[in-house]
Amino acid sequence: MRNTCIAIGAALLGLYVTGQSCQSGEAIRTAQYITNGQKIYSMHCQNCHGARGEGLGNLYPPLTDTAFLLSHRQQLACMVKNGISGPMEVDGRVFNTEMPPNPQLAPVEIAYVLTYIGNSFGNKMGIFPQEEVQAVLDNCN
Amino acid sequence: MRISLLLIGTVLLATGCNHGGTTKTLPILGERDTVSTLVDGKTVIDTVYKRIPDFELLNQDSVLITNSLFDGRVYIANFFFTHCPSICPTMQRNLLKVYEKYKHDDRLRFLSHSIDFRHDSPSVLKAYAEKLGVTNQHWQFVTGSKADIYGLADHYMVYTKEDSAVPGGYDHSGYFLLVDPERRIRGAYDGTNDDQLQLLFDDLEILLNEYTP
Repeated sequence: MRNTCIAIGAALLGLYVTGQSCQSGEAIRTAQYITNGQKIYSMHCQNCHGARGEGLGNLYPPLTDTAFLLSHRQQLACMVKNGISGPMEVDGRVFNTEMPPNPQLAPVEIAYVLTYIGNSFGNKMGIFPQEEVQAVLDNCN
Repeated sequence: MRISLLLIGTVLLATGCNHGGTTKTLPILGERDTVSTLVDGKTVIDTVYKRIPDFELLNQDSVLITNSLFDGRVYIANFFFTHCPSICPTMQRNLLKVYEKYKHDDRLRFLSHSIDFRHDSPSVLKAYAEKLGVTNQHWQFVTGSKADIYGLADHYMVYTKEDSAVPGGYDHSGYFLLVDPERRIRGAYDGTNDDQLQLLFDDLEILLNEYTP
């Protein structure tokens, strides 16, 4: 009886420790993505979209419209890779300025930058894992 | 009695400070020359400063504008193009901050030259200005022949070059030039740098006060 108690206790402790380390592993990965993503953002996105994701007038849309980002999660990688043209509604306004493509960005870099954008400027979208981004990119129009 | 002496002393000191106060003036930039003239049998030497030459350019309303639009005013000039993917959005975002503060101030104007003489027609410039948030005529967006615009850039001491190797196809420096009513350049500020933008805000007040104290 006493041994069973100890065994159960040890098992529970083991589960707890494993759970904790898994969680922090994920958190560390997200933090890495965000750090790398910030560098890519400042090089390729910030000129137009601003240091705080504020956009610029009605020329370039802000990246603070969480609802837009959430509803377009499956298209964001292709937008970054191939650019966008034509009218689009963001933040309750219609924008119609062409966004240039970024063919030089590797899938993992797009994952970094989306994770940065998705967890900055008031957004809380969690990580965009490289695998998810790769799958999206494989099916761009 | 002692108190009144002290008061007089304080007043004198305060007045003294006002008169002796250092009123900062901005330097005059660019090459300069001297001319000697004979006045009443004496040789007088004058300094000739660099001035922005006459220009005639098409604005966002397809109207030909000349220097006369800026007569008696300070203006800030820069060079950009509408589909510039690199420094221009940052430059124009920063210039917009200055415009937002001064857009109803009749002492100041803004002049953005497009260096993309192929694509940036007046209608393109008009749409750009509206989207940027320019709501009056105090900020002019102009186009002209390559010779006109690139020649003017040299006078404003701004580097401009067509270069297919850079993003967007045109290379240029992102300076804001502060020009006084006598067409002389009084300051040059990196339009992509926040500290330089603050310096422009400060210098602008000094220059405006020089002409309209």
